[in-house]
Amino acid sequence: MAFSMTSEIKDSVGIISLHGSLDASSAPQLQAAVQEDVIKHVKTLVLNVKDLEYIASAGLRAILFAKQKMGSAADIYLIAPQEQVLHTLEISGFDQAVIIQDEYNG
Amino acid sequence: MLERIDVHSTHTYEGYRLRKGRAFPFGATFVPNGVNFSIYSRYATACSLVLFEQGASEPLVEIPFPNEYHIGNVFTMVVFDLPYENIEYGYRMEGPFEPQNGQHFDRTKILLDPYAKVIGGRDVWGVEPDWNGHFQHRGRFVYDDFDWENDNALEIPLEDLIIYETHVRGFTQHPTSKAKYPGTFTAIREKIPYLKSLGINCIELMPIFEFDEFENGKTSPITGEKLYNYWGYSQVGFFAPKAGFAATGKYGMQVDEVKTLIKELHRSGIEVMLDVVFNHSAEGNENGPTISYRGVDNKTYYMLTPEGYYYNFSGCGNTLNCNNPLVRNMILDCLRYWAEEYHIDGFRFDLASILSRDQNGAPLANPPLLETLAFDPILAKCKLVAEAWDAGGLYQVGSFPAHGRWAEWNGKYRDGMRKFLKGEAGMVGEVAQRVQGSPDLYSWEGRGSTASINFIAAHDGFTLHDLFAYDSKHNEANGENNNDGGNDNESWNCGAEGLTDDPEVLSLRRRQIKNAISMLLTSQGVPMFIMGDEVGRTQRGSNNTYCQDNEMNWFNWEQAEQETELFRFFQMLIAFRLAHPVLRNGFFLRGEDYMGSGYPDISFHGTSPWKPDWSSDSRVLAFLLDGKHARGGTVQDNYIYVAMNSHWEGHSFGLPTLPDNLQWHVVANTGVATPQDIWEMGQEPLLSDQTYFMMGPRSVAILIGK
Repeated sequence: MAFSMTSEIKDSVGIISLHGSLDASSAPQLQAAVQEDVIKHVKTLVLNVKDLEYIASAGLRAILFAKQKMGSAADIYLIAPQEQVLHTLEISGFDQAVIIQDEYNG
Repeated sequence: MLERIDVHSTHTYEGYRLRKGRAFPFGATFVPNGVNFSIYSRYATACSLVLFEQGASEPLVEIPFPNEYHIGNVFTMVVFDLPYENIEYGYRMEGPFEPQNGQHFDRTKILLDPYAKVIGGRDVWGVEPDWNGHFQHRGRFVYDDFDWENDNALEIPLEDLIIYETHVRGFTQHPTSKAKYPGTFTAIREKIPYLKSLGINCIELMPIFEFDEFENGKTSPITGEKLYNYWGYSQVGFFAPKAGFAATGKYGMQVDEVKTLIKELHRSGIEVMLDVVFNHSAEGNENGPTISYRGVDNKTYYMLTPEGYYYNFSGCGNTLNCNNPLVRNMILDCLRYWAEEYHIDGFRFDLASILSRDQNGAPLANPPLLETLAFDPILAKCKLVAEAWDAGGLYQVGSFPAHGRWAEWNGKYRDGMRKFLKGEAGMVGEVAQRVQGSPDLYSWEGRGSTASINFIAAHDGFTLHDLFAYDSKHNEANGENNNDGGNDNESWNCGAEGLTDDPEVLSLRRRQIKNAISMLLTSQGVPMFIMGDEVGRTQRGSNNTYCQDNEMNWFNWEQAEQETELFRFFQMLIAFRLAHPVLRNGFFLRGEDYMGSGYPDISFHGTSPWKPDWSSDSRVLAFLLDGKHARGGTVQDNYIYVAMNSHWEGHSFGLPTLPDNLQWHVVANTGVATPQDIWEMGQEPLLSDQTYFMMGPRSVAILIGK
C-alpha cells in the first residue's frame, strides 16, 4: 500500500487527505507537513482518512504530534475512518485526542 | 547552531551504521536517528546484539559489540536508521558454562533484554507460539509520548482507599460482559461505570507484567481443558505490560492501551495499584527455560546455593536475588518507570519477605532494597504494600521493615475475622485489635492503622462466597490431586458443602457475606476485597485458581445483574464508609477521651454497654466510635456503634447512652431481610427502643447516633 497525501489551507482550516498506509515509513511526511505549514496558520486540522487503509503506531504518533504542536485548544478532525483505522484508534485510546466524524462541515 | 556530532555513526557492520552508545539508561532507548542499546552482565566475556524482523525466525543481523563499546560490565551501542516499528531485538552472551559455580552462559540462546519495555511473542492470549522458534520472548521499542493531558497519580490518602482486587482477563472475559474486546485493558474501560457505581476508589490489578500463559502445560484431569498460567505470577519481563491482556497486543500498542486505561480510571477518581512479583521469574529452576536473566547473568539475578542450585523461597523454582545491588537497582528502575511513565498509584509486592533476604537467603534486619524503595523520591507518593511472608517460612506480618512507608496485607486480619465469623469462641480480644487497624501488630515505629490492608478474602484462597459455602478446598481441576492451595482456610459451609438449594443454608451464607463486609468496612485500616465478592462470585470451592482460564475465574455479569441484594449492600456500605471519617482515621485510636466529649475515641461493649465480654467462650462484641474524635478531633462526625454477634443464638445488646439528645438510628442490620438490611444515608430509621437492640443469630448491626 503506497502512501500519498495532499494538503491545503482553507479559511484557517488545514485540510490533509491521506491515502494508503500510514506507518513508520510514511508518518514522517505527515509530521513534516504538519510542522511546516499547518500549525503556523490554522486552529483546526481536518484529516481526510477515507482512503487511509492502514494506520500503525507511528501514524498515530504523527497525529499526536500535530495535537501537541497545535495546543489543546485546537481541534483535529478525523473524517470517515475505515473500520481497521477506527478500531486501532479506539483500542489504543487515540480516539480521545481527535474528533471523529463522517464528514466535516466546517 | 552546529549540528550535534553524536547523531552520526563512527562504525559500520554489514551495512548497519553504529556508534558507541551510552550506558544509561539500560534497555533500548530512542536517540536522534537511532536506538541506544545498553545491557550489563558481570560475568559475560562477549555480547552481540541480535536483530530480527518482527516475527521472523532467523535474525536480520547479529552485531558483535566491539571491545571499545564495553564500558565496565556494560555493553552499549547506538544503531542508526533502524526501521524501528518492525524490529525485534535480543542478545547473545558468551561466558563460562559452569552450573556448579552458578554460571549458565550458553551462546546458542538468544536472550530477552531484562529492560525490554515491550515484549513480543505472546501477542494474543492463548494463541500457541511456534515452539520450534529459538527466540520466544522478543524485545521491541517503545515511544514515551503518550498524551496524558493533565493526568497525574491521584494521591488519595491511604486511609481513604477502598481496594478492589481484579484480574484483567477475568473481569471481562465472560461472554456476559458483552465487552467489545473481552479480557483486555480496553474492556475494563467499558466497565468503569460499574466500578464507580460500586464506589471503590482503587483497583489493584493482579500481575500485568509480561508472562507466558503457556508456562503450565498441563491439562485438567476433570475437564480435559488446557491449563494455563492464568494468574500470571511468573514474570518474563518486569518493564513490559502483558501483551495478551491488550486488544492492541497484535499491533504492539499495549503500552498506549494500558496508559489510556489508567488515564480514564484516574479521571473517574479510581487509583491503580499493581501487584508486582519480584520474588522469582518465569525461568524456573535448572530445568526451566532460559529466557533472559539466566543467560545474561545467572549469578547476579538469582540466589544460588553454594553448589550452584537455585534457592526456592518463592515456591516457584527460583528466587530473584533482590538484595544484590544490581538487581536492587533493576527493581528500583522498574518501579520508577511504572510510577513515572504509567502514573501508577501504588504497588503490592508478592511474597515481599523475599525482598528482605540477603544473597544467601538469610533475613536482613535492615534490607537495603526496602529502605531504598521507602525513601525514593519518584516513588514518594506511591503506596507500597507488602505481602509480608514468603514460601520459605519467613512470616513478617507486623514486623516487616516498614520505614514509615510500607503497609502490609494483614493476614492476621483475614484469619482472625474468619474464625470469629464461623463462630469460633475466644476470638473477641483479637477482633477488638483487628477493627482498630491492628495496633497489636503495627503500633511501633510510628506506624498507623494504614499499615494494615484489611481483607477477609483475596485472590489467593476462597472467594468470600466460597468461604461460607465450603468446609474444604476443591482444587481437583488443577491436576495436583488437591494437594495444592492452603488447608488453613477457616471456612464453614453453613450446613451443606457447595451447591445446595436449601433456602436456610443459602440465606445464612448471604448473611455471612454481609457480616464479613460489614466488619471489613467498619474497621480502621484499609479495606480490600476481590472482584465479584460484591455479587457472590464462586470459584466452586477452589482456593487456588491460578491455572483456570474459564468460568471458575471469570466474572459473570449476568449473575451480577441478578445479585442486586449483595451488590446493594456493598454499594451502600462503601458509601457509608466514605461518608464517615471516623471510620478512616489514619492513626491508632487511644481508647481515651482527649476531646472532652465524655466518650473515648473508641470504646468496647458487650450485651451490656461498657462491659465487653472478653471471656474465652464469648462470641459477642460491640464498639463505639465517638464522632467528636474523628481524625483526632479535626473533623466532626456522628457516633457509630457496631455490634457483632457470631453466636448461633440471638442476643440483646444494651446500647450506650448518647449525649446531647442524640438518638440511635439503624444503618444496617444483617439479621433483617433485604431491603431493610441497609438504609440510604439520611433515611436511617430511628430506633424505637434507645436502650436495647435485639441482634439475631450470626449478625452484624451498624447504628448511627445523630
